[in-house]
Amino acid sequence: MARNVSPGRKIGTTVLAWFVGLVIFFPILWTFLTSFKTELQAISIPPVFVGFDWTLENYQTIQTQSNYLHFMMNSIYLSLGSTALGLIVAVPAAWAMAFSPTKRTKDVLLWMLSTKMLPAVGVLIPVYLMFIRFGLLDSRLGLIVVLFLINLPIIVWMLYTYFKEIPGEILEAARMDGANLRKEITQVLAPMAVPGIASTVLLNVILSWNEAFWTLNLTTSNAAPLTAFIASFSSPQGNFYAKLSAASMLAIAPILIVGWFSQKQLVRGLTFGAVK
Amino acid sequence: MGQIHLEKVRKAFGDVVIIPELDLQIEDGEFVVFVGPSGCGKSTLLRLIAGLEDVTGGKIVIDGKDATELPPAKRGLAMVFQSYALYPHMSVRKNIAFPLKMAGMDKAEIDKRVDYAAKTLNLDNYIDRRPAQLSGGQRQRVAIGRAIVREPEAFLFDEPLSNLDAALRVGMRLEISELHQRLKTTMVYVTHDQVEAMTMADKIVVLRAGNIEQVGSPLELYTAPRNTFVAGFIGSPKMNLIGGAEAGKFNAATMGIRPEHVRLSTSEGAWKGTVKVSEHLGSDTFLHVESPVHDEPLTVRAGGEFPVHSGDVVYLTPEPDKVHRFDANGLAIR
Repeated sequence: MARNVSPGRKIGTTVLAWFVGLVIFFPILWTFLTSFKTELQAISIPPVFVGFDWTLENYQTIQTQSNYLHFMMNSIYLSLGSTALGLIVAVPAAWAMAFSPTKRTKDVLLWMLSTKMLPAVGVLIPVYLMFIRFGLLDSRLGLIVVLFLINLPIIVWMLYTYFKEIPGEILEAARMDGANLRKEITQVLAPMAVPGIASTVLLNVILSWNEAFWTLNLTTSNAAPLTAFIASFSSPQGNFYAKLSAASMLAIAPILIVGWFSQKQLVRGLTFGAVK
Repeated sequence: MGQIHLEKVRKAFGDVVIIPELDLQIEDGEFVVFVGPSGCGKSTLLRLIAGLEDVTGGKIVIDGKDATELPPAKRGLAMVFQSYALYPHMSVRKNIAFPLKMAGMDKAEIDKRVDYAAKTLNLDNYIDRRPAQLSGGQRQRVAIGRAIVREPEAFLFDEPLSNLDAALRVGMRLEISELHQRLKTTMVYVTHDQVEAMTMADKIVVLRAGNIEQVGSPLELYTAPRNTFVAGFIGSPKMNLIGGAEAGKFNAATMGIRPEHVRLSTSEGAWKGTVKVSEHLGSDTFLHVESPVHDEPLTVRAGGEFPVHSGDVVYLTPEPDKVHRFDANGLAIR
């Protein structure tokens, strides 16, 4: 039975929800607006909201100062590369844990998650030294490996909860129906697992795209992704807020668009298993 | 042909013995029901026959051939699961066609068989829907359809009706019985519901803790239960099992009398009692009567309406030729 909600209360909660939504969204909106201001307007007090001379100058300057495409391609390489590597390892791992769990499966899962509790900076020096040693500094391969490793626990966890939801009886039914292992996997399991894998891929791409700590510390120019592109506009000569904003907008735009189109899948992915 | 013979079949998970050692003959065309309380090993037994679990010891012979080591698909059996286990990403048509496709049958023959199965099960209007768009009863029919198209040696049913509501359950029960009469194929059916067992079975196998307590036709189990467990399990409401002095009068450690075999009177009879709860169904009246002969209330059934209520005094008389007698070990005295 639906609870009785008075109209006043309904309006109240709606306003509150919009307010919270706007608070969360405001930094992005402000960055968006600032990217179209002149540097002077960007730091003017009191700040101007929309009544300024809209200009594309920042975006043009950025294009001439640095090669956006180069950074974007790196971001794409890194996020897709680390995600692909992640799937290759995480799908079989999660599979094994979901379908033939042992007494230690829960421990392994928790241990994997515990690695995410370690502050990244704690292992920066050793990783940095290893990178020097193996000649991986400022290389895409090195970063792909690092991003893959830091996101692996999350991918395994997500896939594990997804696979857990696939009822064993369906696989047994396939076996009774005469499917061999290959057909059981390709015709029954894979189609059921695809939505879960898709949202895992999506989340991992976003996480890798936005990862800034390792990408900033382990690259200089060659392998630098969009995070480094943004950072390059916060210079020692002082901050150029308008240009910084324009760079940020360019950096987040691709992932924002991808995220927008796949939000349904993404929300399902993040809440799957938690609520039925 | 669908004979299934179990010879000294044993199943243990590590140190936990589920089925100690068991022999059972299921003949061609029989409708056999495994019944027992939860955890009695009935589903495990079915899964051993299906090949979804490996036996720890013993032999499973299907149609005279040793099938103990055969994978599920090679045993010629079809199974209907409790959760229906339909393939959620496939339409009804593809679900039913799946085993035929796996068997490498040609397209025209598959279509013919699927259409026929869909028609007999009243699924022709839903043939292109996905399982998620079907009701529980329809899903169950798809699961049955998927089993019958293969024309298996035997059907295995694992509590197929327990997810359905009561009204639908009665309907599906009839449908499965009709299906059995039409196909005359061996069916092995697992349930914890003794009403399902009584109404559908040719032969009931009562299980407790992995042991077969009794095998027989429904009426054999009803009229001549081998021990107190079967006596208490078969029949609804349960048989009254009374020990002590009253049982002694019948030269038994325990006497059993079914609720329908107790004569009721408001004036005279063998046992005096007080009505604790009365259930008036119109067609029957069930009374739960507290009486000094037994420390638990006795259940009594009167045909039609019997106008007494809580607190009223009634007299109960067991019909002497309907009394079951059991010895100190709970075994029937014949």
